[in-house]
Amino acid sequence: MSILVNENSKIVCQGLTGNQGSFHTEQCVAYGTNVVAGVTPGRGGEEHLNIPVYNTMRDAVDASGADVSMIYVPAPFAADAILEAADSGVELIVCITEGIPVLDMVKVKTALKEYDCRLIGPNCPGIITPGACKIGIMPGFIHQQGRIGVISRSGTLTYEAVYQTTQNGLGQTTCVGIGGDPVRGMDFIDCLELFEADAETDGIVMVGEIGGTDEEAAAEFIQSNVSKPVVAYIAGVTAPAGKRMGHAGAIIAGGKGTAEDKFKALDAAGAATVRSPAELGSKMLELLT
Amino acid sequence: MSLLNRSAFASLSTLLQNTPAFASIGKYPLPKESKSMNLHEYQSKQLFADYGIPVPQGHAASSADDAVAAAGKIGGDLWVVKAQIHAGGRGKAGGVKLARSTDEVRQFAEDMLGTMLATHQSGPEGLPVNVVYVEAGSEIERELYLSMLVDREVSKVSFIASAAGGMDIEQVAQDTPEKIFTVAISPSTGLMGYQARQLAFGLGLNKQQSRQFEDLIRRLYQLYMECDAGLIEINPLIVTKAGDVLALDGKVNIEDNALFRQKKLAELRDPTQEDEKEREAAEHDLSYVSLDGNIACMVNGAGLAMATMDLIKLHGGDPANFLDVGGGATSERVAEAFKLILSNTKVNAILVNIFGGIVRCDLIAEGIISAVKEMGVSVPVIVRLEGTNVQKGKALLANSGLDIITADDLTDAAKKAVSAAVQS
Repeated sequence: MSILVNENSKIVCQGLTGNQGSFHTEQCVAYGTNVVAGVTPGRGGEEHLNIPVYNTMRDAVDASGADVSMIYVPAPFAADAILEAADSGVELIVCITEGIPVLDMVKVKTALKEYDCRLIGPNCPGIITPGACKIGIMPGFIHQQGRIGVISRSGTLTYEAVYQTTQNGLGQTTCVGIGGDPVRGMDFIDCLELFEADAETDGIVMVGEIGGTDEEAAAEFIQSNVSKPVVAYIAGVTAPAGKRMGHAGAIIAGGKGTAEDKFKALDAAGAATVRSPAELGSKMLELLT
Repeated sequence: MSLLNRSAFASLSTLLQNTPAFASIGKYPLPKESKSMNLHEYQSKQLFADYGIPVPQGHAASSADDAVAAAGKIGGDLWVVKAQIHAGGRGKAGGVKLARSTDEVRQFAEDMLGTMLATHQSGPEGLPVNVVYVEAGSEIERELYLSMLVDREVSKVSFIASAAGGMDIEQVAQDTPEKIFTVAISPSTGLMGYQARQLAFGLGLNKQQSRQFEDLIRRLYQLYMECDAGLIEINPLIVTKAGDVLALDGKVNIEDNALFRQKKLAELRDPTQEDEKEREAAEHDLSYVSLDGNIACMVNGAGLAMATMDLIKLHGGDPANFLDVGGGATSERVAEAFKLILSNTKVNAILVNIFGGIVRCDLIAEGIISAVKEMGVSVPVIVRLEGTNVQKGKALLANSGLDIITADDLTDAAKKAVSAAVQS
């Protein structure tokens, strides 16, 4: 078992023929991911990497039956690509693109409520169910089929958590990089809920960062809704006091958002927090044995 | 009632980039989150004026003569001369002066222009004053607070308003949150009438002022959306003795990610107000922030970079910088990163932590070796590589003949870096 994607997932890649799209799709296919179609407006009818290319997402989904979209479209066009994916009827949209203007995402987030689909990202490494389906830019070989669900806002720090659970033999059910943008699709709670319901997942590793209040919200959710062990780490205890402009941010954040706040909230919720990112794997092993 | 434009005394923030949504908590990261380009006050007010938002009459001046001419154009017998820097706290630092004659305007402009103005937000070395803004003095009846940003919790553009303008607004928010009014705007409907009324009544405005205020925030919303703002803050927004609503200060920043479609605004960037090293780093796709410690870090990925700093601290050391060489680090970027790191003379150990996913460790190792050779790095370099082609990478480092210390994992790397920094 796993969450969101598995060996039956059929992937359509938006932006397949671009540099990023080509490079990473090739890696995904090599991992065993079932990429059934690509979309590049104006290139419909061609084949790229032996994958049929369509002009529109509707065409691609109609022809291939794809249920997941993987987006590498450049930032100026990415919001459009996300909504085109939603409108085509796919169930899951994974947007890797970084640098999307935040006001574009504000509009996308509101518009997505009209559709029955989920968005991961943008600005994220993607999602992988080891041994079955890799959608994104993460290095496949550090993963291993297993028992742990991984959720992270970070990129390379996710790999660190994954690698540790591979090395100590726990392995992963699914790893979701939810991305670091202020306005994004799935958050920690969405993933926690799915991992809690997934029979194969025995424990959850959660990697957060300073800023925002997602981790605090996750802590509340864990307290009342998660029975499985959760190991959590928050990056940024020593992050520099940044330069700032205005008071608006502080007012809206209401004093939340520091690493200490997040650690405190997670501790109080019964999550096992680690102060060293090197202990994510060992802590989980300890909890499961 | 003060005639003085208190805005600049009263608070004001301003410094660089950051996602406002968690700015100013004290500790938070610069990288990864969307960054913003700051405008000067005089640029922000020009933008306000373009959108029909009422501001006091004023002109920017880069010489004392221009400042006097500006005062003449404005007329009257009371002006405010304001130093234009990307930092708040200007008033207390002597960057805002009330002038009662054109001689005083000249004097203040001469005093400010060409100097470095240090405020509690600018850093000790201060920021250069190349422009002053000369503005008509206003008669203030009430001071209000108004700002806009994307509230990440609801993923919408939000207004924040308070009748407690000109005061320590963060303290107000903490102690008496009922005095802060926020409304979140749906992008599909835009600002609705009831939302504008909520704010106007919350601020205790009378009927005439409410009408002006509602018109003002409607224009502000339009500006925010059309200009891809990351933050707009007006502190204070005043009610004049004549009963009019006026933006006495203005802070606007524009989201970097949107600059590709805001070409005119992008031209307003003032590089003299930016940290030279951080700007240089950005030109090479590096994200760099200098800190007070002595252990330099070079890491791929912002999260891992923060985690590496945390680990150094956890093992008793002090990081000298935050440096993210990006997910797609190349050997060129590694070389540039070494240059940046070594420009900080406090550094006496360098910790390189690369988790190679798409990036191959052997290529990174080659980059490290050539940088260490070419730049004659004399401080200990500790390298932790993991990921694709890690064995090849480690072998290259071991056979380089250079004094590079390799580490097996995160903890090992942090410990070795801390002990190397102590010894050297």
